[in-house]
Amino acid sequence: MFGYFLTRLGMFIPTFLGVTLISFMFIRVLPGDPIIVMAGERGMTEERYQEMVEKLGFDKPVLQQYWDYLVGVLHGDLGESFVTKKPVWDEFFALFPATLELSICAMIFAVALGLPAGVIAAVNRGKFFDRALMSSALVGYSMPIFWWALLLIIVFSGNLGWTPVSGRIDLLYYFPSVTGFMLIDSLLSGQAGAFGSAVRHLILPTIVLGTIPLAVIARQTRSAMLEVLGEDYIRTARAKGLSPSRINGLHALRNALIPVITVIGLSVGTLLAGAILTETIFSWPGIGKWMVDSIFRRDYPVVQGGLLMIAVIVMLVNLLVDVLYGIINPKIRRR
Amino acid sequence: MSLLDIRNLTVEFATASGKFRAVDGVDLSVDKGELMAIVGESGSGKSVSMLALMGLLPWTATITADQLSFEGIDLTKISARDRRKIIGKDIAMIFQEPMSSLNPCFTVGFQIKEALRIHLGLNRKERHERAIELFDQVGIPAPESRLNTFPHQMSGGMNQRVMIAMAIACKPKLLIADEPTTALDVTIQAQILDLLLRLRDEQGMGLVLITHDMGVVAETAERVQVQYAGQKVEEQPVKDLFRTPRHPYTVALLNALPERATSKLLPTIPGVVPGQFDRPKGCLFSPRCQYADDLCRSLPPTPHSAEFGKARCHYVEKIIAGELA
Repeated sequence: MFGYFLTRLGMFIPTFLGVTLISFMFIRVLPGDPIIVMAGERGMTEERYQEMVEKLGFDKPVLQQYWDYLVGVLHGDLGESFVTKKPVWDEFFALFPATLELSICAMIFAVALGLPAGVIAAVNRGKFFDRALMSSALVGYSMPIFWWALLLIIVFSGNLGWTPVSGRIDLLYYFPSVTGFMLIDSLLSGQAGAFGSAVRHLILPTIVLGTIPLAVIARQTRSAMLEVLGEDYIRTARAKGLSPSRINGLHALRNALIPVITVIGLSVGTLLAGAILTETIFSWPGIGKWMVDSIFRRDYPVVQGGLLMIAVIVMLVNLLVDVLYGIINPKIRRR
Repeated sequence: MSLLDIRNLTVEFATASGKFRAVDGVDLSVDKGELMAIVGESGSGKSVSMLALMGLLPWTATITADQLSFEGIDLTKISARDRRKIIGKDIAMIFQEPMSSLNPCFTVGFQIKEALRIHLGLNRKERHERAIELFDQVGIPAPESRLNTFPHQMSGGMNQRVMIAMAIACKPKLLIADEPTTALDVTIQAQILDLLLRLRDEQGMGLVLITHDMGVVAETAERVQVQYAGQKVEEQPVKDLFRTPRHPYTVALLNALPERATSKLLPTIPGVVPGQFDRPKGCLFSPRCQYADDLCRSLPPTPHSAEFGKARCHYVEKIIAGELA
């Protein structure tokens, strides 16, 4: 098991280097000069411009710039934002909890609904529930995320007034950030109603962000379950006189989980990408919005650092998925 | 009262191209401690009739029977929940493919203890002790350490022993073995059969052995039932069946045994078991039968008396008398 883990970890290195290279090149390929963007409408003198070029290291050859960047990254230094002059690392971790909180909630939402829905659909194959569920999953999967968000805002915030439109918490409440997670901080603050407010703010973004993973997980669970339910060992389980809930929920689901966990792992990437849109729509102060803003400002270090961090997170999640495979199905461990 | 009494069991599958009758009016009775063998080619409905008894058929199957009773309880008339108290406890079944019949995600110990907990309500310690005892009983060496292994870490023969241990865990009164040795080596086959016979003697359980191996039947069974295309065509005590087979199909099956071959080429039965689309109008065996005439091809025969092995053939008496040859 440990050797298996090390092998998976070793595969990190080339991926990591690739991501640094792509993120470094990607932002430089975009048209637009960060110094001119920084100067704004007033512009700047030629001398000042040259001074900035030198200061930011743009006068060096591109390969040299990349090397400097890579050395920095390996020393844990992602550089400083051109705009705020703060280290990218600090900015990332100031904003990341908001994104993480939203992503975790969206994932819990997607798994908690998608897994049982897929199991029930598979067990009732071809019946009304199965058809209804699979059609709505297809709708959920194909729906543009921003349109779905606006629709929910109009109905639940606009017409019904049940949920707030944007932000993480009502302005009435103020407390220091301890963990960065609003749900935890609001509880720690002890202020009456703060937690409820944080929850209400989370509902719509969670649904919006979790819809696509929910649809994917439900469909994948259904097809994996259908395959497993035809296996001989399910017949054995039934021949033992076990109850249908135990057969479906334990004997079949455990085997069906492998492909499901794969899509859950892959969904994390989708989730972080989807977070950019969702955060922008709901003015959620997370890394998604931060990244989009930085791209418009041509804030090279922030875009590079942010992309790298997101990529590392996705890689870590998939490493976790690989380890989970081995735990769920012992047969895989031995390969 | 027989332990198991099945009368006129019919199983139909709903398929995209209409109904397919896999089992057609089969009768079967097994007494306590008796070994009953069901033989027939692939597709003759041996397994399906037993799966119907166990309630293991998919929902596309429609099961009808005049009687389907176990110890006097009609299994078709009780709820699924009550049925599960009998299935796995008093009636157990083992299957053809031991490797795929065990769940790859759980240790064999977990899988055997599960039945003990659900049917007998034993506590953790009792379950553990009983599981070791069972593994010992079916001849698994080092039973205690074997409990923690996964099915893929053991051989096919060992897995079949685990399956048998699981099946006899709750001391069933009836064990159905569906071609238990087909997927195993010949040496292991003999061991598994010996094991089943020993367990039957020890526990006095009825045993239904589904097989297409006449050699196995000759060595083990007391009574034999021959099935063809979903119908029971003959039933006799094993000695009588081998000495005086009544139905032309049984005769042909026995002639196809390698031991009975007289020439270099082994005799075969030409053709295949009829399926959904080529089901004959009259006797189901008529397209392959050497004696078949117009009567056979137009009118389905009814079973004869026990004296003639309950054979489903128009010409049993004539064949015996040697008038047809």
